[in-house]
Amino acid sequence: MNPTALTVFLALFVLIIVLGFLSARWQQADLAHLQEWGLGGRRFGTWITWFLIGGDLYTAYTFVAVPALVFGAGALGFFALPYTVLVYPLVFAVLPKLWSIAKHHHFITAADFVEARYDSPVLALAIALTGIVATMPYIALQLVGIEVVIAALGFPTHGFWGEVPLLVAFIVLAAFTYVSGLRAPASIAVVKDLLVIITIVALIVVVPAQVGGFAAIFQQIPKEHLLLPAIHAGDLGMQSFYVTLALGSAMGLMLYPHATTAVLAAKGPETLHRNWIILPAYSLVLGLIALLGYVAYVAHVEKIPALAPYFHAFGPQFAMPGLLLAYFPGYFVGIGLAAVAIGALVPASIMSIAAANLFTRNIYRSFLHRQCTPMQETQMAKNVSLLVKLGALFFILFLPTEFAIQLQLLGGILILQTLPAIVAGIYTRWFDPRALLAAWFLSLSWGVWAAAQTGFQKSMYVLTLAGWQIPAYIGFYAVIGNFLLAVLFTLLLRLGKQHHLRDRTAVEAYGE
Amino acid sequence: MAKKKRGLGWQGVLWLSVPCVAVLAVPLFNRIEPELFGIPFFYWWQILWVPLSSVFLFMAYGRIRKEK
Repeated sequence: MNPTALTVFLALFVLIIVLGFLSARWQQADLAHLQEWGLGGRRFGTWITWFLIGGDLYTAYTFVAVPALVFGAGALGFFALPYTVLVYPLVFAVLPKLWSIAKHHHFITAADFVEARYDSPVLALAIALTGIVATMPYIALQLVGIEVVIAALGFPTHGFWGEVPLLVAFIVLAAFTYVSGLRAPASIAVVKDLLVIITIVALIVVVPAQVGGFAAIFQQIPKEHLLLPAIHAGDLGMQSFYVTLALGSAMGLMLYPHATTAVLAAKGPETLHRNWIILPAYSLVLGLIALLGYVAYVAHVEKIPALAPYFHAFGPQFAMPGLLLAYFPGYFVGIGLAAVAIGALVPASIMSIAAANLFTRNIYRSFLHRQCTPMQETQMAKNVSLLVKLGALFFILFLPTEFAIQLQLLGGILILQTLPAIVAGIYTRWFDPRALLAAWFLSLSWGVWAAAQTGFQKSMYVLTLAGWQIPAYIGFYAVIGNFLLAVLFTLLLRLGKQHHLRDRTAVEAYGE
Repeated sequence: MAKKKRGLGWQGVLWLSVPCVAVLAVPLFNRIEPELFGIPFFYWWQILWVPLSSVFLFMAYGRIRKEK
């Protein structure tokens, strides 16, 4: 255990605890209203939104998993980069409209919108449940990120004393989220993002120079690692998978409840547009992080005797913390590891708030307690946010980490199936809610089946079409099928004059 | 209320689709040459499109402001 690293780490941790609790007073308002607790009063300006969305999308798990992917899988792991390039044009075109509609009708969640748009609480329930189920393993993965950091600080990787720091981190997270709502991750995100940027820039400046610069690094990497396999006659190979994985993940991202929550918390469409112009700056950091995977590969960090046990315990996931430990003095190791740990708390907090909003609005208020007061509604959301995190904690403590990773993979496929209902709804009321529900159910079932074929190890399905083997992301195939089925079912209902067109949203909300 | 036409328009959509096409055309950039400072094309091309996507988002933003 390195005392300097631990001291710096703890000091930064205490700082964000204080910040988390003080946030309740920031832009003071009545936190007994869900709009205030769960959306920060929709008042976040351009800068705070930048930090919030940045803190939300580039999670601790990203910093651990992306270099791990490149370290282990080479070019395929680089899909995170086209993914972040695709995200912003997509959300730029779609989400400001959702913001306007939500503001007009005081919607808190995307499922709120679906419920009113199609006058269908049942379709909204399906959307809300998908969101909650997809978010839970994502929260669990953030705790995995914290686990890796705790081990890197020198705590035992197993047993009671290995788990105590995780419990402490969990209690801190739960308490400040409960008290301050979305204001807590928003203010902590500022500290987190600064720490992350300092760490990554230092890593990318210091380490490659130590192993001879980027040109030398790329020369030492085997060619089959550097590029995707070429397209052979009759087989698109990994290239179609790479493309569909990047595109499918980008489309899925904007549907995740924690993304919707951060977007709806902004001050307005203007704020969002400006934000997405400057958010790619963060993706640049992600690109550098991805390259760190190769730096770790060439530096052979896994063979350094002091680090070998960690690689044995965590595999490639230790690539990034391993670089920190191998090349930096104690105080900086503390900063870097704190960046990852705090980088886990911010999204975990937003995710639990988002899942709590969904449960409260679209399950509790729609089905269990229609006449609830605003105060009861907010209390329920606060309690559910605790419950959701507790679920994630049990997951991590009692089940193998592998499960969380596999479920998160599955969650990405599931969340993508809410696309037709939400995104098509923003543009048109042509679809019938029952058609959307049936298409959602069938595509979701197919997605789970296809993932089960790989033993939940991979998210790839190989379609054979006209003699061509076309491997692609399962979620991508599923959402295309989903969309086609929704069109088909709606056509059938319309032909049979059975469709319903009830819409509780106002026309002027779409033109605003 | 008169129907206000406000949004990206086809030009805005066009601006937004440029960076998307650039990173989706994998067969065109799945290669080592030409290298830049020893970094294979596959990597620097995709990293390059991160800041470039900002430029195109800004162009699309300009369309929205004009139509307001």
